[in-house]
Amino acid sequence: MSGMSEAAAGIQPRERDIARRETLRQLAKSKTLIAGVLIVGFWVACALFGSTIAPDDPLELTDVVLAPPSGAHWFGTDALGRDVFSRVIVGASETLKIAPLATLLGIVLGTTIGLITGYFRGIVDESISRVIDAFLALPLIVLAVTALVGLGSSNTTLIIVIGVAFTPIVARTVRATVLGERELDYVDAAKLRGEGSGYIMFVEILPNITGPIIVEATVRLGYAIFAVAGLTFLGFGVQPPSPDWSLQIADNYQLLSSGTYWWTVLFAALAVSSLVVGVNLIADGLQQVLDR
Amino acid sequence: MIVFALAQLLPGDVGRNVLGPFASQEQVDRLNEALGVNRPLVVQYWDWISHFLRGDLGTSLQYQVPVSDLLGPALANSLKLAAVAFVFVVPLSIIGGTIAGLKRGGIIDRVITVGGLSLTAVPEFVTAIVLILIFGVTLGWLPVTATAPEGASIPTQIEYLLLPSFALVAVLFGYIARITRSSVMESVDADYTRTAYLKGLTRRQVVGRHVLRNSLLPTIAVVATQVGYLIGGLLVIEKLFNYNGIGQRIYTAAVNKDFLMLESGVMIVGVIYLVATFVADILYSVFNPRIRFQADG
Amino acid sequence: MTDVVTADAALEIDALDVVYRVRGRDRQVLRGLTLNVERGEAYGLVGESGCGKSTAALAIIQYLPRNGFVRSGAIRIDGRDVLALSGSELRRHRATAVSMVYQNPGAALNPSVRIGSQVAEVFKVLGVTGSDADDRSRAALETVQIADPGSVMKRYPHQLSGGMQQRVIIAMALATDPALLILDEPTTGLDATVEAEVLDLVAGLQSELKTSVLFISHNLGIIQKMCDRVGVLYAGRLVEEGDTESLLNDPRHPYTVGLLRCVPRGGVRKDHGRLDTIPGFMPNVGDDLPGCVFASRCTLAEDRCRTEEPDAHVVGLAHLSRCHFHDRAQTLPREFSADLVLPDVDRSGAPLLRFDDLGKVFAQGGHDVHALVGVSAAIWPGETLGLVGESGSGKTTLARTLLGIIAPTSGAVMFDGRDLAGTLGKRSASDLRELQIVFQNPDSALNRRHQVRRILRRALRKLAGLTGKQADARMLELMHSVRLSERYVSARPSQLSGGLKQRLAIARAFAGDPKLVVCDEPTSALDVSVQAAILNLLVELQAEKRVSYLFISHDLGVVRYVSDRIAVLYLGRLMELGPSETIYDGPHHPYTEALLSAVPTIDGEARERIKLDGDIPSASNPPTGCVFHTRCPRRIGAICDDVEPPLIDVEENHLMRCHIPLDQLRALQSDRTSLKSTITTT
Repeated sequence: MSGMSEAAAGIQPRERDIARRETLRQLAKSKTLIAGVLIVGFWVACALFGSTIAPDDPLELTDVVLAPPSGAHWFGTDALGRDVFSRVIVGASETLKIAPLATLLGIVLGTTIGLITGYFRGIVDESISRVIDAFLALPLIVLAVTALVGLGSSNTTLIIVIGVAFTPIVARTVRATVLGERELDYVDAAKLRGEGSGYIMFVEILPNITGPIIVEATVRLGYAIFAVAGLTFLGFGVQPPSPDWSLQIADNYQLLSSGTYWWTVLFAALAVSSLVVGVNLIADGLQQVLDR
Repeated sequence: MIVFALAQLLPGDVGRNVLGPFASQEQVDRLNEALGVNRPLVVQYWDWISHFLRGDLGTSLQYQVPVSDLLGPALANSLKLAAVAFVFVVPLSIIGGTIAGLKRGGIIDRVITVGGLSLTAVPEFVTAIVLILIFGVTLGWLPVTATAPEGASIPTQIEYLLLPSFALVAVLFGYIARITRSSVMESVDADYTRTAYLKGLTRRQVVGRHVLRNSLLPTIAVVATQVGYLIGGLLVIEKLFNYNGIGQRIYTAAVNKDFLMLESGVMIVGVIYLVATFVADILYSVFNPRIRFQADG
Repeated sequence: MTDVVTADAALEIDALDVVYRVRGRDRQVLRGLTLNVERGEAYGLVGESGCGKSTAALAIIQYLPRNGFVRSGAIRIDGRDVLALSGSELRRHRATAVSMVYQNPGAALNPSVRIGSQVAEVFKVLGVTGSDADDRSRAALETVQIADPGSVMKRYPHQLSGGMQQRVIIAMALATDPALLILDEPTTGLDATVEAEVLDLVAGLQSELKTSVLFISHNLGIIQKMCDRVGVLYAGRLVEEGDTESLLNDPRHPYTVGLLRCVPRGGVRKDHGRLDTIPGFMPNVGDDLPGCVFASRCTLAEDRCRTEEPDAHVVGLAHLSRCHFHDRAQTLPREFSADLVLPDVDRSGAPLLRFDDLGKVFAQGGHDVHALVGVSAAIWPGETLGLVGESGSGKTTLARTLLGIIAPTSGAVMFDGRDLAGTLGKRSASDLRELQIVFQNPDSALNRRHQVRRILRRALRKLAGLTGKQADARMLELMHSVRLSERYVSARPSQLSGGLKQRLAIARAFAGDPKLVVCDEPTSALDVSVQAAILNLLVELQAEKRVSYLFISHDLGVVRYVSDRIAVLYLGRLMELGPSETIYDGPHHPYTEALLSAVPTIDGEARERIKLDGDIPSASNPPTGCVFHTRCPRRIGAICDDVEPPLIDVEENHLMRCHIPLDQLRALQSDRTSLKSTITTT
């Protein structure tokens, strides 16, 4: 039989395993990714177990105010006599709750909208895209500040506001990917066997665009932390007396111009920097491997 | 169209939200009365938009002066700050991105990419504080406030704006450089670049005439979209440096629930963004023959 | 392979090893490649995808990707060792001694620079300046028969057609009279009539300028037309080399023999028997191949072939073969050819599918594009209707309209005695089941995230209503019927070779026992050896299941092999429809005639090329009268420009849309050489 010989000759049946392993190996070899995972992992661990590591209660007020770094207080104390080191250790916990949840919300909503607009095109796409464009005309922070003034600041509203603000951005990215994907013949093949739109969008197309969505999610996570930090600094985000890094900075930065008391701000600044850089390093590493 | 959609979106949300959960019923009624928000939504929008377009932004609830009197100077201040930041960031990031793209995988590339990525990722107030600590406090080279004394010369004014603008530059640099880099790399890999090399052109000629010409196009669009971010960044930076710009105005309006001012400030930001993207579209089509000739084809 | 190293050779490649470093491992792409291109000679390098032919070109021009490098060997152009050139020498060398034209001319020109300055650059590099450079650019464009070089120079690349773009590139390549011109698949992706023009142009210039050419192609027909000598490349090694004539007529390597046999040629049709195939797969780049590179797929191979690298045996005048058994290469066993009982097509009964007066108008940028204009035809049970036409002819639109992916603007479709709704949403389950498609590119047609099992079971569930054990059993039957081994059930498409993927796509189309399958260029993304196996499979399935095909292809040899009748489309209009013998043997429509003569074949029956003028007109602004009159070599006068000829029965079963009576066409076409003189007498 003409074809049997070809089929019987066979081709690497483990090609996919090899490819998958190859992707993993490349991920494991990516220096930026590893650095990012280590940094973020460190802060996640601190957020989870920080209270047991921290030498003092981060919220405890003492008489030792504005003490410079010493053996007793490694990073010194702040204006209310709280131990800065302990505060820095647990300072990520709020952000690390809010940012991932906001990202998740934005990704889920954005992916759904992006799939629908990209798949249906036409009027649905036109109208939703208009709204998205309008949304995008405003910087995230301005949008969030405006919304938070109305809704009041709490962790839940922060998650919702940032998540919703991310939605159009995610939707636009997903839509662009879907537009490319829906031109492929497997979509027509599915229509030709009578599949419904929902099936085609979520079972046929979605699995093929997970790579860009994962990358988008990590990038968004970086921006979410960035946004939480900025909003908190402005007083619209995490509320006192939380030991959040940005709150520490907001509370103490005015002490800076004197030139002393730098420890009240610097360690928190370095900590928040390292966390966002870590997340972005992960995003960069993933992008390089997954985007082929 | 977009302006219209934007107009529909914003004041409605803000108005309802500001009034809704906070004020007592009596306050709400009074405000509704004063602002005419009990009229049908469309009428309100029309009223507000038509006033906005005529430059009448209403009266600030907090200061009891016309909003335009407050926002006008603030806008001018912000534009100064933004201009200084742009003057630095656009050439720096495009040159950086181009070098990184041409030296792909090399040490310079890694430094520019990872360095830019880190700068972009760090919140601007953190960068600003570090800059203040280094240049303002420790070295004492630059003033730590942004507002120059009354009647200062232009160079002095610029000097005062350096620190705050650097914080903005840091954030924008990584982003623009990254886009430039990837579009340079795409250009370098293109067949037409191979054609150019095979003509016997030098590397410098190939880069100058063929690579950059095509790779800078997408960068224009990116720079424009960053105008939007820039104003978001101004909110934080102006607060930090206590600089009387539009960001600071939006911030205080938000804190004090002076929502007519908030609305107008936000609207102005939106309009600036739209103008920026519009200008970018025009530039893009001027430089891109494919779009330029679509009109007559 | 040539032992004599003459100082005269334009290109000498000696024992060239090129490797790509992939993830820290060196993978060898070229294995001791040795060849010479003599001065004024056109040398063809032929091979299937992945054989290393493009790598050879990139090595010659010193433009290997960053992970590729020459491990050993030498490359000399015009006697000069190109591997030893310094930076400035290399630039000088590129400017004067070597040029290259490659696939996809659109990408090879800078999109944001005017044509004029791009061409002028070639001269500016040599120190020519200002208006001198412009004059020489104009002259260069005239050389490639661009009628109005002045206006072309002012344009941007996207304002030119693909054929024009490729002319500009050829003009740039030849402008400095290089010692060597490399053409890497220069016409792949161009339409047949445009391809023919470009090839004629290159052939003319080559004989006029005596340029030495290295012509790289996968298409033996083009090589036959263009080249004096041929080298056959397989897995990075030159397995056979010789004069074009002797190599194609007297191949002495089993791979060449197999390659020549799998192309449908000489008017062979499905009822004559199956096509030969080459079993197995090309080795992966970098595989360790101690013996003959072809041993794993060679039915003549013995133990010796797997361990001992064959020498280049001289098998004739300047004819070399790297085969231990070159003297019996042609005894390569033929494919076992069981007698196929093809269904008798009974056209007296009702057709399976009939479409009447189908029209489709797209709105595009404010213009109406008439993609289909009043197309009518029918397909009977068990029949294959071939559909040929160039880009813009509407053949894909017709297929998609029949399938219901897009709705027709006018006209009606009857299927199996019932009206078919215009769009998929309104069609019944049995409509969907009985009308299926095999797409051109299986990579696009198969969901790369789904396993074979899932792809087939879902199709069985939706198209045959089968679930559970029944579906499993039917799935294995389906896989068996397309010769897809059971062990691939949990594979994903990326694990399958191109041929296996297309088998999977065919299996999916047959899940609900369709009555009509649209085959949209099902083999054009595949190498010829794989193409033959897929064509065999389609024909076997037709014999077994009495399925009808609407078979779309630009490859006229393939269409002829599978089709009972053929329809020719041009600018959305049906120009001719008839039994395939009639369509091929003539008398045929002037467009069909041009199309047939445009295709280079390896059959050696050198036809007089019918030259078409100009590009294919845009479907948004079709010519008046007969849409073909702007390019028709047999135009008879004003009637062609003003009056659209009707599609009429010119003889039994043969429809044609032409003002020239059939008898006159017959007379004209029987004597091709007197083309010009006969036309004027009409």
